[in-house]
Amino acid sequence: MSRPVSITLQNSQDGIAIADAIMADNSDADRKSFPAMTKIDCPGRLVINSESVSELLGREWDPQEIHMSVISLSGTVDEDDGTFTLFWR
Amino acid sequence: MAARKLSLKQKYGHFTRGLDWEPSYQKKEDIYPFAEYEGIKIHDWGAWEDPFKLTMDAYWKFQAEKERKLYAVIDSMAQNNGQLGITDARYLNAVKIFIQGVTPLEYQAHRHFAHLARHLPGAGLRVAAQMQSIDELRHCQTQIHTISHYNKFFDGIHDFTHMHDRLWYLSVPKSFFDDATSAGPFEFLTAISFAFEYVLTNLLFVPFMSGAAYNGDMATVTFGFSAQSDESRHMTLGLEAVRFLLEQDEANVPIVQGWIDKWFWRGYRLLSLVGMMMDYMLPKKVMSWSEAWESYYEEAGGALFADLARYGIREPKYADVAKAEKGHITHQVWSIFYNYAQAAAVHTWDVDDQHLAWLREKYPETFEKHYQPRYLAWREQAEKGERFYNNGLPMLCQVCQIPMAFTEVDDPETICFRVSEHEGDKYHTCSDGCKDIFDHEPEKFAQAWLPVHQIFQGNCGGATLPEVLDWYHINQGADNLDYVGSPEEAQWDRWMEGRRPTMPIAAE
Repeated sequence: MSRPVSITLQNSQDGIAIADAIMADNSDADRKSFPAMTKIDCPGRLVINSESVSELLGREWDPQEIHMSVISLSGTVDEDDGTFTLFWR
Repeated sequence: MAARKLSLKQKYGHFTRGLDWEPSYQKKEDIYPFAEYEGIKIHDWGAWEDPFKLTMDAYWKFQAEKERKLYAVIDSMAQNNGQLGITDARYLNAVKIFIQGVTPLEYQAHRHFAHLARHLPGAGLRVAAQMQSIDELRHCQTQIHTISHYNKFFDGIHDFTHMHDRLWYLSVPKSFFDDATSAGPFEFLTAISFAFEYVLTNLLFVPFMSGAAYNGDMATVTFGFSAQSDESRHMTLGLEAVRFLLEQDEANVPIVQGWIDKWFWRGYRLLSLVGMMMDYMLPKKVMSWSEAWESYYEEAGGALFADLARYGIREPKYADVAKAEKGHITHQVWSIFYNYAQAAAVHTWDVDDQHLAWLREKYPETFEKHYQPRYLAWREQAEKGERFYNNGLPMLCQVCQIPMAFTEVDDPETICFRVSEHEGDKYHTCSDGCKDIFDHEPEKFAQAWLPVHQIFQGNCGGATLPEVLDWYHINQGADNLDYVGSPEEAQWDRWMEGRRPTMPIAAE
């Protein structure tokens, strides 16, 4: 089984949209709710698509805005213009 | 035709490599005098991969936005008597330990990352260290601003920097960071960015901040998450830095493994204080220490060390001990604080029946058998008006500086006690983990400033408890002793009566 990557997000308007986008785009993702935060684990790889988040927010969302909403993560980060990815090598 | 927009990766490349240069009239080893003495070999600084590609304009934009959000909450707290929204005044003791113990570390981190931003030979790492240095200063400032609101209403917060340098339980976090900042740049990076921020910080901030939210402390959760958004960048830096060291030269592997072993254990011992805050100081619970340990260390850490196995790195030494004693340590640390509440700037109290039931449920193997009887005996004494305070001074571990109350991993009824000899003197440690650390660098740890030794040597204001407490700047009868009977309890009860008035009450 591939090892889990993980991201924890604030339960803010943006954070919830990011979490919803992750759940829609990563079929193996598992979501847990805690007071003020949401933790998502996913085996092997997790991708955040800016298109999906933008669609949910109704505005253009830049992957670098992840800095406003992220609380913690586990995995190797790859950041580019359209996606934010967590994976293990 | 307009110039094509640069991609994120190109922009960041120009910002780091593009702004660096090769020195021509000074030798590199004179410019970076700390780069080699630890034995770390770097052949190609250009191979450094930046995980987050924040350019300076984006950095200022996001940090400013985080500050605007946070200060709006702080203002709102001040205007709306936010202190009345917390579940119980007992909760605030966790915030006191935070400002006394953690906030000064943020400032230390600010200083030392500025040092790294000057002294690391690679431009990419220098830029990341510079940003982290600014982040850490921001964390220190925002924590002070936020908690200053509570300082108007609660005791024990009024002189936290003075206390940080003197109090027995605060020497635990202080000595941890002193150890890191007096190490070389690569050990510091492995200690703080990797072992502490990547492997363990989740246990410090994440469940505790969620607990703050659950207990109505809007201020702490807001500064906590604001800081944590930077931590995600810091911990990623830690992972990439360690990977970079391991990829550069095989000879780096055993050095880095030694640091991982040392700093995992140092960090784990430090976090036992946070575990105690989670299990005992939050009136409403999010998760127990043991659950947080399983989710954030055993699962996430397990995946991490499986990933690093390709470089020949194994799980930290004594991680199995930490796993085996997860049902014990928070109760043992709470017991230490209960014993010495007369000498602390936080309160402790009788654990009530509802809380005992929660602890039994979360620690079915250990709590009812080993700890509940102790608490019930203390309750009996307190009810007779003889609340137990320990009037002897405890032996401290020479390395982690926690009073030696931890037990043998396979025998929870025997105190774990290790002895080393160095230049004719005996030194005591609380565990095999701390003993290994001492034995590896006895010259360093023989110099530890141990609060109890210092009291006995006459360096702490005098020979009696009131003199020492004065020297600590503890406001006696308010900051210290049991919560029951404290001015804080009386004030809280008054506030709570005022919340449900039986007749109209005029504003004061």
